[in-house]
Amino acid sequence: MSKGHTVDRIVASIARRRARETRLKWAGFMAVAVTLALLALLLGSIVALGWRAFQQTYLALDVYFDPQVIAPDGRLDEESLRQADYESLVRQALRELFPQVEGRTQQRMLYRLVSSGGADYLSHMVLADPRLIGTRQRVWLPASSDVDMFAKGQTGAQRAASLQPWIDHLLAQGRIEKRFNKTFFTAGDSREPELAGILGALSGSFYTIGLTLLLSFPLGVAAAVYLEEFAPKKNFWVDLIEVNINNLAAVPSIVFGLLGLAVFLNAFALPRSTPLVGALVLTLMTLPTIIITSRVSLQAVPPWIREAALGVGASKMQMVLHHVLPLALPGMLTGAIIGTARALGETAPLLMIGMVAFIVDIPRGLLDPATVLPVQIYLWADSAERGFVERAAAAILVLLVFMLLMNALAIFLRRHFERRW
Amino acid sequence: MSISTLIWILLGLSSLAYYLGLKRALAISGGQVRHLHSLPSYYGYYTALWCGLPALAFLILWTLLEERIIILAVGASLPEELQNLPSERLELVFNQVRTALSSANASEDPVICAAADRYRALQAISNRCLAVVALMAAGLGAMWARRRIRPDLPARNLVEKTLETLLAASSALAILTTVGILLSVLFESIRFFELVPATEFLFGLNWSPQLAIRPDQVGASGAFGFIPLLVGTLLTSAVAMAVAAPIGLLSAIYLAEFAHPQVRAVAKPLLEILAGVPTVVYGFFAALVVAPFLRQAGEVLGLTIASESALGAGLVMGIMIVPFVSSISEDVIHAVPQSLRDGAYALGATRAEAITQVVIPAALPGIVGGMLLAISRAIGETMIVVMAAGLTAKLTINPLDSVTTITVQIVTLLIGDQEFDSPKTLAAFALGLVLFVLTLGLNVIALYVVRKYRESYE
Repeated sequence: MSKGHTVDRIVASIARRRARETRLKWAGFMAVAVTLALLALLLGSIVALGWRAFQQTYLALDVYFDPQVIAPDGRLDEESLRQADYESLVRQALRELFPQVEGRTQQRMLYRLVSSGGADYLSHMVLADPRLIGTRQRVWLPASSDVDMFAKGQTGAQRAASLQPWIDHLLAQGRIEKRFNKTFFTAGDSREPELAGILGALSGSFYTIGLTLLLSFPLGVAAAVYLEEFAPKKNFWVDLIEVNINNLAAVPSIVFGLLGLAVFLNAFALPRSTPLVGALVLTLMTLPTIIITSRVSLQAVPPWIREAALGVGASKMQMVLHHVLPLALPGMLTGAIIGTARALGETAPLLMIGMVAFIVDIPRGLLDPATVLPVQIYLWADSAERGFVERAAAAILVLLVFMLLMNALAIFLRRHFERRW
Repeated sequence: MSISTLIWILLGLSSLAYYLGLKRALAISGGQVRHLHSLPSYYGYYTALWCGLPALAFLILWTLLEERIIILAVGASLPEELQNLPSERLELVFNQVRTALSSANASEDPVICAAADRYRALQAISNRCLAVVALMAAGLGAMWARRRIRPDLPARNLVEKTLETLLAASSALAILTTVGILLSVLFESIRFFELVPATEFLFGLNWSPQLAIRPDQVGASGAFGFIPLLVGTLLTSAVAMAVAAPIGLLSAIYLAEFAHPQVRAVAKPLLEILAGVPTVVYGFFAALVVAPFLRQAGEVLGLTIASESALGAGLVMGIMIVPFVSSISEDVIHAVPQSLRDGAYALGATRAEAITQVVIPAALPGIVGGMLLAISRAIGETMIVVMAAGLTAKLTINPLDSVTTITVQIVTLLIGDQEFDSPKTLAAFALGLVLFVLTLGLNVIALYVVRKYRESYE
């Protein structure tokens, strides 16, 4: 056989070509693996940062509920009990614990061990049970953020380093304990990390997203039904609507925020920072997606359902409302829930309409100033304090859990009600 | 009466009207339902629609306009010298009035106090009027409809026509939204271009919108050249695409052509999780994990990497876009007809050769369209860059440097209370216009490319 025969060349090249195939396959596999590894890194780093925030350090102090301090003039009515100087009770207890600390600056450092919310805690205790006055109680008070960070072994807590001898002393006496951080789930925002919670943001999100779903689902379904079932074909306006819906689905969310700012806040003068305006903006934003998914589920209803209904004498509206819509509704609801789950994580447009204000109170309605969970995460992540960063990560975990729940509900609905024809 | 109570009452009245209409139709037919044009329930719906719809429409209109009108009225009652203030100062006065309204402790200024009182009084009157008029509209509508009920009234046709109009109106909301977006950014942009010439905005190389407090300060007028922002935006997007395009495309090829079905069944939902993670979470990751890591890595390698580098923000944005690119590419690859692959195999091609020399070229227009959509996403992405990119505009193409983007500037210009007439605020809308036009253009091109490609195999 002569050299350079075609078959020989092909045989010789097979190994090379096979190797190239293996290389492409591995490159593709690596791409998927790298992406999934990054997902793991993303979630892992957030869990690693955030799980600590579910715990909070508490200090045990022997507080003497001094009648001289609480009720110097002997009045024990609620008003004067509320206004008493509980701060000094905490300070007194700290001084008794560390009698060797002298000098104003040193003492002021000492007071920083306990959170400024400790006094509130005592006030609640006394108001709940005034018989405590005049007794000495061992009370667990939330530690300040510095101590908390130090106890959790965070490196960035240099400020707490000067507190270390005292913390060691407390540890030796068993006066430091890490407990489940109930405050995180029951409080609104605060200037102090150890007193800050997500309840305010969570209820803001609840009102905003609830109204969004309430508005966007019926509107989206109505629009989809019109476009699929009633709209005349080859009509300028209908074409315009279709083009608009497709384009709106790809408009950056921040532009919807500008729309909300210019139209709802400035033209209509609706109140700033409220779930109402947030929901209106998010509704306009999610509508295109909901319309598109709703149309897909309408298209999935087989044409013979329609023909059968029309055949027995139903009007077009009856055919749609009595037969097509009930069959398509589960799919539409699934799409709407997934759409609103996305809206739940949306931040940028809400920044535009002023939902970034620092709000301590927990919103109780659609017209109360509120913030939402993603915005709260943004605000905390931006803060310099380690304690807030930790809480931002924890809030992300809560947000992800809620989004996961909504998506699970959507998948459940789809599995449970989906019909294949 | 609060709005929500009013809505509940209107709903209740409508149900009552349904019942009345139904009763009336049955009474008129004299027990012979077949004499009626439509089924009796349609007469009920007819009455209910007449009861509820006009009242509801009125309610919505009133609520939207109420605040404006009250402010006008309060403005007219202000003393002469306040009324003649320039509009942004007037806005400040109204802000004081609003604070005086919401907080229990009244303002010291008697003028503000009086205005707040007047505001409160007008609001009370408006509330009462709204309730009275809405309820009257509901009652009258129901009564009128009930009187019109005759056996030959085509109730079903009327009800269906109304419903169809309502359906059409909901779908027309899409046009309204686009018009709203266009008008709101256009109007403010035009006002902005009255203050700052469009050429300076479009071609200026300097962006420092911070207006000086004192007029003699350096850079007192502020500079509004948006080229540095555009370059910054393109730089972060380029970094993002450098990550997302190869990884996304390779994953798509792997999942579509090589992966075992079981691997696919696991990998695809996981990729979708990545697509569902909120952008603020990516921002957190970029700012608190990736950026510090990059800075330390840079120190080890002897590079200075800014803590708010375009690289960090772009990398994370790339991760965010990967699932988007891979799912579009996978769809497109799936859409390539099997006959093309079979032809390649018949000629002796290996799988890799069939993919790289037949499938990918055939799918290329779709893939390019998908990439364009991905770029438009990267340009419009806000939270990652707000949290991880810089604030100061620098004209640079060094990804290790800190840059700022269009979206970042919109957010920083608009967060917090601002007077609505300063060039700073208006500039944000001009940037919004640019962003809208940019992303819209990319989308239109991408959709055109994708559609054109799809047609060629159908």
